[in-house]
Amino acid sequence: MTAVASTSDPRRKSPVLTAVMAVYLLYTLVPLVWLLISATKTQQALLTTSGLSFGGPFALVDNVVQTFTHDGGIFLRWLGNTLLYVVVGAGGATALATAAGYGLAKYPFRGRNAVFAVLLGAIAIPGTALAVPTFLLFSNLGLTNTPWAVIIPSLVSPFGLYLIWTYTAEAVPDELLEAARIDGAGELRIFLTVTLRVLLPGVVTVALFTVVSTWNNYFLPLIMLSEPGWYPLTVGLNQWSAQATGVGAQPIYHLVITGSVITIVPLVAAFLLLQRFWQSGLTAGSVKR
Amino acid sequence: MSTTRRPRKVATTLAAALLAVLSGCSSGSDGAAPGGGGGSQEAVDAALREGGEITYWSWTPSAKAQVEAFQQEFPNVRVNYVNAGTGNDHYTRLQNAVKAGSGAPDVAQVEYQALPQFALTGALVDLGPYGFGGFESDYTPSTWNSVRVGDGLFGLPQDSGPMALFYNREVFDRHGIAVPATWAEYVEAGKRLHAADPTKYITADTGDAGFATSMIWQAGGRPFTTDGQSVTIDLQDEGARKWTSVWDQLVGQGLVAEIPGWTDAWYRALGDGTITSLAVGAWMPGVLEASVPGGAGKWAVAPLPTHDGTPVTAENGGSTQSVLRQSANPALAAAFVRWLNNGNGIKPFLAGGGFPATTADLGSAAFKDRESPYFGGQKVNQVLTRAAGQVAPGWSYLPYQLYANSIFGDTVGKAYADRSSLDDGLTAWQQALADYGNQQGFTVTTG
Repeated sequence: MTAVASTSDPRRKSPVLTAVMAVYLLYTLVPLVWLLISATKTQQALLTTSGLSFGGPFALVDNVVQTFTHDGGIFLRWLGNTLLYVVVGAGGATALATAAGYGLAKYPFRGRNAVFAVLLGAIAIPGTALAVPTFLLFSNLGLTNTPWAVIIPSLVSPFGLYLIWTYTAEAVPDELLEAARIDGAGELRIFLTVTLRVLLPGVVTVALFTVVSTWNNYFLPLIMLSEPGWYPLTVGLNQWSAQATGVGAQPIYHLVITGSVITIVPLVAAFLLLQRFWQSGLTAGSVKR
Repeated sequence: MSTTRRPRKVATTLAAALLAVLSGCSSGSDGAAPGGGGGSQEAVDAALREGGEITYWSWTPSAKAQVEAFQQEFPNVRVNYVNAGTGNDHYTRLQNAVKAGSGAPDVAQVEYQALPQFALTGALVDLGPYGFGGFESDYTPSTWNSVRVGDGLFGLPQDSGPMALFYNREVFDRHGIAVPATWAEYVEAGKRLHAADPTKYITADTGDAGFATSMIWQAGGRPFTTDGQSVTIDLQDEGARKWTSVWDQLVGQGLVAEIPGWTDAWYRALGDGTITSLAVGAWMPGVLEASVPGGAGKWAVAPLPTHDGTPVTAENGGSTQSVLRQSANPALAAAFVRWLNNGNGIKPFLAGGGFPATTADLGSAAFKDRESPYFGGQKVNQVLTRAAGQVAPGWSYLPYQLYANSIFGDTVGKAYADRSSLDDGLTAWQQALADYGNQQGFTVTTG
């Protein structure tokens, strides 16, 4: 017993692990530091000063103003589009995954195992592999180059569904549902007033997953949309970045970098604010009670 | 930015694959049958008088100013200007819309290298029936040849890119290096420069399909010929071998900076003297002036070095505006193209720093004799317009050049990275292109 206790002593230090973690920390932070420092530079200073030190005039405010006003303020439009895709797409995906995951976990029916198998298969297929068939499907429906082409595929989150399914199986006891039924609550009311509260950490976890994937969604909108007015930030920033290429090249790296900083700020904020739920959601179901 | 580079590369590759799949689906369809109108220039004039609405996709910097000028001149025409992306992003979307059967613009910018791909799959309107063939004498022979595919005329040339040698005179002078007139002298200059200052390189190149094909063009190679559905590829003809014999020395000895073109590092290296020369199209002054402020007063322009001392050059880059077959009003679209590249649209294009394809503008004293302060007062257009008249004739691109360019890095790019024989790289490229062409329904013969 004492031997076991000493190996699990949290204060025990492993120099190798510490070094690995330090390297990983650097690997994670250095690009971010580079991004933040670079966002304070003018286009000219970007190309004449070292990337990891400040140089040239401090142009952060000017860069932010330019980012929002360049090309008739299209960046603001892209920000709005991304918010639309996240609220409708990721919000819808979370709602669908929650309802379906709960249903599959608590209402036995014939073919449930088949659904489970299909679900696991769907998780295994990366979204990019489906991009071409999805594009052809949507072009036949006449939906390409509309916001629906981005929102509808975002509504499906097999992984979110799976997460809620297992979370429900662990966190919502059948006795709780029985008690609610005996008290005369309908099934919908049970879901909305009893289950949802218990499931909240899981729902927030799924919401974070889908928000992040929708916010960063690049390839799908890239092929679906041709009208810049519908681009999300990812595709729009890439268009600005690609401007540096070829005949008539017009590099605006300072705006691409500042735009990238503005793009990650809401995600960082979401993570910090929802950290509490996120952590409890991650460990959910890991221990059998 | 470094964290997003890899996914972007993956996505670009996937986009190229999608482009390939989609273009494959439509190749072998009804070919280059004349589309749209049994008209003449009268039909075009009538459409212009009547007015209407068209959509125009382009990423040229002057496109916005041109559209505004056009609308002022013709208030009854509404032009919806869309920047659908630069280069491949634009083509992916254009090809998708062509494949989808809807959503394509009426008029689109198409680079010369991409034109056969869109023309041969029947995506573009032949402008010959509108009487545009009569404009031939207004353009340089090389650009006019670039907008002709088979028997059709699939656009009017907007700009051109006859190649010249842009070099950093300050660095050349500091090391006592004379401007090379031949490629052999260029290799010598590269050796001397790098020996004198190991931080300096004669040029930068990590494998760029557009550059390599232009260099083969200049050396007299004609690797791609298309006749209907049969394609011949010979990337080991005499011209190609001439080019590799020069470039193998530069790459093999590490005299070429391994900085990918058009990246932030590349712009930086152009400004601080790390890259001391570039063989590139005549549109480069505008890029240097606007985006490489550190090079002001240092850069100069000379004729492109040659293999045997006889002045000859090739085109590098350049675009046409084409009318899409999906257009509901091809006559009006053709009118817009005519205005852009054979009318008042050229003025805003020149004001935006473009290098024209029209002989009248290339020959005008105001254009030729303009002194550029960036180039230390040199009249660079004298060199560049002379180059425009020295482009080797008879070049054509593959009917799937965009796909070809997208896999250049996997084949020839490897030879660059390993500093191994570029001939082996070109042979691997040729094999991949033959396999792909055969899969797409072409009959490919390799040389």
